Amino acid sequence: MKFLRQYLDKIKPTFSAGGKMAMFHSVFEGIESFLFVSNATAGADETHIHASHDSKRAMSIVVIALIPCLLFGMFNLGAQHFAAIGAPAGWLKALVYGLFAVLPMLVVSYGVGLGIEFAVAQWKGHEIQEGFLVSGMLIPLIVPVNTPLWMIGVATAFSVVFCKEVFGGTGFNIWNPALIARAFLFFAYPSKMSGEAVWISTESRFGYGGGQVVDGFSGATPLSHLGSDAPNYLDMFLGFIPGSVGETSKLCIFIGALILLATGIASWRTMLSVFAGGLLTAWLFNLIGANVAMQTPPLQHILLGGFAFGAVFMATDPVTSPRSRNGKYVFGFLVGTLAILIRILNPGYPEGMMLAILLMNSFAPLIDHCVVQNNINRRLKRIKQ
Amino acid sequence: MKNKELFLNPFSKNNPITVQMLGICSALAVTSKLEPALVMGISVTVVVALSNVIISLLRNTIPTRIRIIVQLVVVAAVVTVVNEILKAYAYDVSKQLSVFIGLIITNCIVMGRLEVFALANKPLPSLIDGLGNGLSYAIILLVTGFVRELLGSGSLLGYQVVPNKLYEWGYENNGLMILPPMALIVVACIIWLQKARQK
Repeated sequence: MKFLRQYLDKIKPTFSAGGKMAMFHSVFEGIESFLFVSNATAGADETHIHASHDSKRAMSIVVIALIPCLLFGMFNLGAQHFAAIGAPAGWLKALVYGLFAVLPMLVVSYGVGLGIEFAVAQWKGHEIQEGFLVSGMLIPLIVPVNTPLWMIGVATAFSVVFCKEVFGGTGFNIWNPALIARAFLFFAYPSKMSGEAVWISTESRFGYGGGQVVDGFSGATPLSHLGSDAPNYLDMFLGFIPGSVGETSKLCIFIGALILLATGIASWRTMLSVFAGGLLTAWLFNLIGANVAMQTPPLQHILLGGFAFGAVFMATDPVTSPRSRNGKYVFGFLVGTLAILIRILNPGYPEGMMLAILLMNSFAPLIDHCVVQNNINRRLKRIKQ
Repeated sequence: MKNKELFLNPFSKNNPITVQMLGICSALAVTSKLEPALVMGISVTVVVALSNVIISLLRNTIPTRIRIIVQLVVVAAVVTVVNEILKAYAYDVSKQLSVFIGLIITNCIVMGRLEVFALANKPLPSLIDGLGNGLSYAIILLVTGFVRELLGSGSLLGYQVVPNKLYEWGYENNGLMILPPMALIVVACIIWLQKARQK
């Protein structure tokens, strides 16, 4: 650590105004403030107070909270692979296979996303913004394991440019960039995003693994035939089911949620109300029970697909969810409700969570406005009495 | 204004779509393929130019109070003629474009040019103004249609241009390009480029 600090201090003048590499100032600044909290203080006659956990630290904690999901996702990906080709293997082999499958996705998503962010910061003379640290991690976790790498690259580029940079960069985006990337893939390349063939990898990765699918093996996620033959609850909770890399294990998501809540980065109000909305809606549909999808038990809905992952890591995104406390309840509840509604009523879109969160993202400012206006009205009434 | 300037102005700093934001709906609706975009562009050019000339000839006799009605009658007549010609000679495209040819009547570019230009100018400048605006509208439509058909269907004017080899390597057509939202984004990119260049 000390060595790193000394090295940074040594090369700093090169990047400062007048230095040889002054044109790359934003790149240097970005890396320095990522590695070390800025110790710049205000002058004697200025007042300047700020918390030490700036957004780079907050983003790093979210990435740490995602690591259990990532590791288990890699293991599960490998385990599903070896089960599909009918050659069960140990956990280490499974993990290695998963690593070989997920690592290229991570590299592509970070490479493309950070590349564009660095280029834009350089071009506009801004400081480098840190928003992509989390998005770059989320994108590989929420796409099917067989998504071609170039598609991830295209989707990442699209989402960084059209969802973030055109609105003014990190903190100004209306929608969650990782979900926009997934939505782009979902609508642009539907054959690679749903169906039975995309959730389990059967090809070999870097010469590792690979084989033919054994007869009678179905790679569909339990979500795509909702209501019929669900796996048992323990498997769903622990995550031994096919699905996107990060979404399968509810246990790891729970650990991530604890980290986010303990550090105060995500709001428990949003998380709680998403689950409440989802459970209530699923329960109401149970009462109607007109078809198999409607009869799915509420708990099963929560445990299937990306519901829990979305509730913990996506709906709580501080930029795209409402700022006000009451607004968070409304926002979360509607996300949960809409996700279940879309799942049950539109079989064409099995993953309702993505569309529900994106739709509610658009309404977040309106919800905030209504909450604030409501407060104003209430207080005005008090004056008049 | 000189005639040349009249003709060229709509292509750059006064483009009906990218600067005045007129006629956006049809730009979104017909540009998923290049061919309908081409036909739509030509049709609008013909309609704007002809109705500009007719209104310009009538400009001294039209009572101000009912000018909108007169304009609508003229535009509707020209659009009907264009529609019939398309049905006779380009039936397939006419079917693809369906109501959008008829809806040229409500295209803001047409009414805008009649109100702003033809009512106050002589026939020849009006003709040039109509051609300039129609063609600059057509160009935006063509660029949008080109991008959307190339990326969305891998073809141009119906002929496949993306080599089969590329598909074998794993390339896929972008289904989002065919959906209307992408037209909005492509037009936005054109506006972006234009603004960046003009600065």
